[in-house]
Order: sequence, then structure tokens, then C-alpha cells
Amino acid sequence: MLLSRTADNLFWMARYIERAESTARLLDVGRRMASVVTEPDAAASEWASTIDAAGCEATFASAHDIHTAGNVIDHLVRDVRNPSSIFASLAVVRQNARVVRTALSQDVWDAVNGMWIESQAWRDDDFTVAGLPRILDWVKERSQRFGGAVANTMLRSEAYWWVRLGTFLERAENSARIVDVKYHVLIPRPPGEAGPLDEYQWGAVLRAVSAYRAYHWVYRDRLDPVRVAELMILRPEMPRSLVSCIAQVTYYLERIASDGSHAPDGGASPVRADLAPERGEVSRRPLAISRAIEDGLRTATIERIYGEGLHEFLTRFIGTMNSIGHEIRREYLLGE
Amino acid sequence: MTGYDEMRGDGPVVRDLYAGVGAWLDAMPPALLSRRRAEAEFIFRRTGITFAVYEEGGDPDRLIPFDIIPRLIDAREWDFLHRGLAQRVRALNAFLADAYGSRDFLRAGRIPEHLVTRNPEFVPYMNGFAVPGGCYTHVAGIDVVRTARDEFHVLEDNCRVPSGVAYMLEDREVMMRLFPELFGAYRVRPVSHYPEELLRTLQSVAPRNCDGDPVVVLLSPGQFNSAYYEHSFLADEMGIELVEGADLLVRDGLVCMRTTRGLRRVDVVYRRIDDAYLDPLAFRPDSALGVPGLMAAYRAGNVTIANAPGAGIADDKAVYCHVPEMIRFFLGEEPTLQNVPTWQCSLEDERAYVLEHLADLVVKSVHGSGGYGMLVGPHATRAEREEFAARIRATPGRYIAQPTLALSTCPTFVGDTVVPRHVDLRPYVLCGRSSDPASIDVRMVAGGLTRVALPAGSLVVNSSQGGGTKDTWVVDGPAGEEG
Repeated sequence: MLLSRTADNLFWMARYIERAESTARLLDVGRRMASVVTEPDAAASEWASTIDAAGCEATFASAHDIHTAGNVIDHLVRDVRNPSSIFASLAVVRQNARVVRTALSQDVWDAVNGMWIESQAWRDDDFTVAGLPRILDWVKERSQRFGGAVANTMLRSEAYWWVRLGTFLERAENSARIVDVKYHVLIPRPPGEAGPLDEYQWGAVLRAVSAYRAYHWVYRDRLDPVRVAELMILRPEMPRSLVSCIAQVTYYLERIASDGSHAPDGGASPVRADLAPERGEVSRRPLAISRAIEDGLRTATIERIYGEGLHEFLTRFIGTMNSIGHEIRREYLLGE
Repeated sequence: MTGYDEMRGDGPVVRDLYAGVGAWLDAMPPALLSRRRAEAEFIFRRTGITFAVYEEGGDPDRLIPFDIIPRLIDAREWDFLHRGLAQRVRALNAFLADAYGSRDFLRAGRIPEHLVTRNPEFVPYMNGFAVPGGCYTHVAGIDVVRTARDEFHVLEDNCRVPSGVAYMLEDREVMMRLFPELFGAYRVRPVSHYPEELLRTLQSVAPRNCDGDPVVVLLSPGQFNSAYYEHSFLADEMGIELVEGADLLVRDGLVCMRTTRGLRRVDVVYRRIDDAYLDPLAFRPDSALGVPGLMAAYRAGNVTIANAPGAGIADDKAVYCHVPEMIRFFLGEEPTLQNVPTWQCSLEDERAYVLEHLADLVVKSVHGSGGYGMLVGPHATRAEREEFAARIRATPGRYIAQPTLALSTCPTFVGDTVVPRHVDLRPYVLCGRSSDPASIDVRMVAGGLTRVALPAGSLVVNSSQGGGTKDTWVVDGPAGEEG
């Protein structure tokens, strides 16, 4: 048993640090794409698709006119008026962590607090195309440190499950977004028809999720767009694939739903029966959705997904992740 | 002004009690002391032991200075203090029960009625309500000063939400870690069980209709409160939930917290927020900190609030003057611990005396705390004294005055030398339900928080005014002066 507010803080702390990392990875795809096209219009269109993939069209439009590299970097990295920017995310992370500090290990707190302190030291000339790789590497590195501290030092109790649930739910959604940036280039091509630019674009998607080498280990063949999509969506050995992420979501939802039998108090202090709401069907809703999605992905084939349409499939998947988030909130975080 | 030197007594020779500390200081080069002080500061900062100051407008990570030389109290001195504190707190609880009950004390003319019923801390809602176990001040912080070898005085009573106990506990942790050899040279009574004692006290006052183990929570205003560190520390040490108003709600007359497993009943609320913010239905309707319906649940006997709302009338410095009389009236005893002589500006004769002797007196607001809004006559400029005199003439009932006490001093490491600095002592007195319904159970851990005024000659020890803290050792064994 945790206070709902504590669970909420842990959940969102983890989501936002993952979101910062994902935004960094999205920017990395955009940066690589924009660097290989020659016409300014094409570069602008790469940066625009990065904004779209991050779901920031509206906030961007209210702050900037055109999709220059500088504008996009500013908006996605440091503009705190954009709630999804990396720096805005980090502020939310620290805010949430501060409130639940005693539920965290010292190492997790140090990771969060250290990241926040370091974020204050970047200067204006770092927010440029030339400075961007350093910032993105820093975000990824610090986010990994957070994940490592969580994995290595947090007690396996409900607080830990909520952190992990936040991480994997956010990662599931963002992996889908990263594939979605480039869904239009991930279309089946007969061998030989693909040009070097196509291969480069597929490679950029893989690099964004640190899977460029993994692809070659799994398929032992040259890049193929459908296989790229398959690796990112269906391969369980790929840690950022949708199926891997949703399996983790299911696992931690099961833990959380397990009636406190794994709770630190061993479930010894039960809810007063007269106060507990009806917890029948409804009580497992987020878990039920997550299990259904996981089962679906485990039996799916990439051909079926292409049959539906890759973009349509990804849009639907992102929508379902949102539903799980809503159900989690309704079920656990309002505390009634 | 030089006060009683707790290390040397009234003579040039170090008291037996302090012999160990004296030898340790002699053997310790200042550079090493400096290094240890830096280590202590590092530990405090890393642990996050901070205390924001309201009027500074926002360094939430400010540290209270910690002095690494312990303050020693021998067993005989502590026994005397313990007796006096327990007596005083019993009387204060009896007074509060009377003020919200039959008012015998008022009707007997022992205190002017307006000091009670017109007191801004008076809570009419509490009238005629018998609080669980008869306990109003589950935690009382009684500020004690020493003026001579055998003279201790109570400076003020804090019956609302006294803070600072986390420093008492953390100061000890740090001392044991940094100076195990000095610690080992004395038989120091432990303080680390304070959270357990507090939890036991809070559980003892659970409502009668509580089934099973009482669920206790600590209600905090949240992370922007200056004492938030202490709130989270105590909740953690007691193994109870640290909640904010929005985490609680009243359902069917019961107070519940929102958890990931649904609503869970709460039996005891150890609140660290002021009365006015407890319940917007009963007090300030604009407060977002509280729990609507909490007071009704309390009066219905479904939850216990600690400390009891309305206990703050006992903190009033005009009411303070009447505590010795409370001890005589309710307990039939003579006070063990004396008050500081106090002039009440509301009385014409006394006011005239105060205005004439402002340069020698300390003037305090009757409702003030934290060392705010006071005048230390001997340290004030002529203009400051004149300004205060005008305030006293305008609203005399708001002020009391006391002689400028020669507070005792303890050796303190300032800059890179050991110098005497003035100290006070805040012991924490716990009151729980007693098996004897006519009484309350009083307990305390040995010692308390020693606050030290760091600027030379300063008498103001409040942390909000630049005061520091010291670890306080109540020492058993042969070292007492009487042998």
C-alpha cells in the first residue's frame, strides 16, 4: 500500500525522465536525417517531422514560425513553456523526486538531483546543431544512470514497481513515436531498389533506439525496412521494442494488483472492508488492457501490421497506451 | 553580559563534568576541529537537513549551523529538569482541559478571563469537548534557560506544533559518527528512541472505536514548509505515512487516506500545520491545506488530532505568567521550575516600569514565536527603543517584558577558536493516555535540543535569527560535581 500521491509522484518522475530521454532520441533521428539532405526545404521537413513525432506541433506553432534547426532545438530541448521539452521534463522529475525523497534510495536521488544541477550549466552556444550531440548524449547518459540506480539500489516494493511502471509505459509510447516519425520510409521495397539515402534513414531509426548493431545480430543481413519495423515492434529480445515494453508494463501492473501479498507489510494491514470500493472487474482494467495488447503482439506478424497500415497501427497503439494511463489513474492514483 | 559558564562554573577550573571535553579540546588542534566541522556540514547537506527561513524569501536548502562541541548536563541536573518539566506539562494540560471545560481556574479568578476566551489562539469549537485521554499537548517543547549553577527558568512554553526535534536526533548521529572517542568517554543517555516514544504516545490516544492497530499519519503543509525535512524524517523514523491535506478525506464520518489500495481509515493525525489550516469547514474557508470535515470527525470521536486544536492559548506569554499558579491550583504542588520574572504591559504599574527601564529589558510580543518582533533592550539603539515604546503605548496588551537574563554559556567553536556562547535548551515532553483516567502519561528522552547564539554576546538563539544547535548529552556516572 502506498499513498496515492506518492505512487503518482513516483510514476510521473519515472515517466518524465524517460520522456526526456525519448525526446533526446527523437532529436537524434532528426539531426541525422537533416544532416544528409542538401536542400534547405528537405532539412526543414525533417525537423518538422521531429516536432510532429514529439507531439509538439501546437506548442511549436505558438512559439516559432519556421522549422529551423535552431527553433526546433530550442523548443524541444530547453523551452520550459513546452511541457514536453527536455528541460521542462527534468524540472518535473526533480519536483516529483523531492516530494517522495524518502521513498527513493540515496543513489536515485543523487542521479535526479545531479542531473538537475548539471542541466543548469549548459550555455547558449550548446543549443545549436553543433552542440546538440553533446546535450543528447548527456541526457541519455544521465537517464541511464537513473535507471541503473533504480535497478541496483531500490527496495523491491511497491514504490519500485511504480517507478518501473512509469518508465516502461512511457517507453512503450515513445518507441512507437520514434518508429512513427519514419513510418513513411519504412515501406516494403524490393531488394535493390533502395538507395543509400533510404538505408541511411532506416539506420537512423535504429540508432535512435541504440539498435543498429542489434539489428545485425538478429537478422545477420543488410537493412530491410520491414525488418526494422519488426525489430522495433515485435522482437521480444529487443529491449525497446513495443512487445518488450508492454510485457514489462504487464509485469509491474500484476505486481501492483497483487493484493499486497508482496507488499513490505505483507498485506498485514488490509483496507477496511467497509471502506473499500467494489474492486471486481474494474479493479484490473489497466492490467486487462495491457495483457490483451501484449498477447496480441506476441501472436502478431509484421505482415498483419502492414496489412492494417503501419501508421494506423502505431497511432492505435499510442492511443491504447494513453488509455492504460487513464485507467491507472482512475484505478490507483485517485485513491478512492 | 557574562552568564554562568557551564564548563568552568563560577571559577577558573573546569568542572569535573566537563573534564573529558576539556582534555579533548586541549588535544585537538583547531585545524582538525575545522575539518570535523566541515565534515559535519557535509553530512547535514547530503542528508538534506535544511531549514528554510520565512523572511529570507527562499533558500530552501539553508543549513542550521551545528556546533561540534557537545553541551553536557549531569544526571542530577536532568532529574531536576525532568521533574519540573513533567509537573509543568501536567499543569498545562489540566489548564487547557479546564479552559475548554468547566473553567474553574477562571472562575476562581486565577487568570483574567479575556486572556483565555479572547485569546487569538482560543478555539471555541473545542468548548465542552473531552479530548481523548485528556491530552492536549501530545508534544510540548518547553524552552529552558540556565542562569546559575542551580538556577533553571522556563522561558516559554510551546504547545502548538513545536519543531526542532529532528536536529536533536541528527546532531547525536553526527556526533557519534565524528567523535566516537569522546562519546565513549562518557555514559551518555540515548535519544534515538524518541520516534518510538512519539509513536507510542500517538497510538495511545487513538479513538475508542479504533479496531486493530491504530493508523497514525503525519499531516504536513508540504515541501515548501520550513520544517518539511523534519516532517519527512519523523514520518520515516516512525514508519507512518507523511500526508498532505489532499491525501485525506472524510467519508461517513471517518477520516481516510487515499492509497493505491483504496481508502484506508486514519485514527490519529499528528499534524504539523496550524489550527487555522486544519479544516476549511471549521476554520479558514480559503485554506487548501486542510481536510474538510476533519474537526467534525474529531468531535465525533472518530479521529484524534495531536496536538489538540486550541492548545496554543497556553503558548501566550501573558498566560505564561500564570503557569506557576496553574501548578498550585491543579496539582496542589509548588513549581519546581521557575518562570522568568515578567512584567505585563497591560497592567498600568508594570507598563510604567517597563517603559522606564526599556534599556535593561527584553520586550516580547505575547503571541510571537521564533524570535520575531522582540526587543533586546541592552542591544537596541535608542531609535529602536523609542519605536518599541510607541508600540507598547498603542497596544499594551500585546507585550510583556522580562529582565535581560544572563543566559549560561557553553564552549563553542566559532571561526577557529573555542569561545563561550549563550545557550538555551528545548526538551520535548510527550503526553499520552494513562491507565489512570484522571491522569496523563508523561515521558521524555533525556536532554533535548540545545540552541546556541553564535554572534558574540548575542542572547537570541532562534534558528530563524542565526542561532545554531549543539548535541545535548545527559551524562550518567561519576562525573557529577557532587561526586
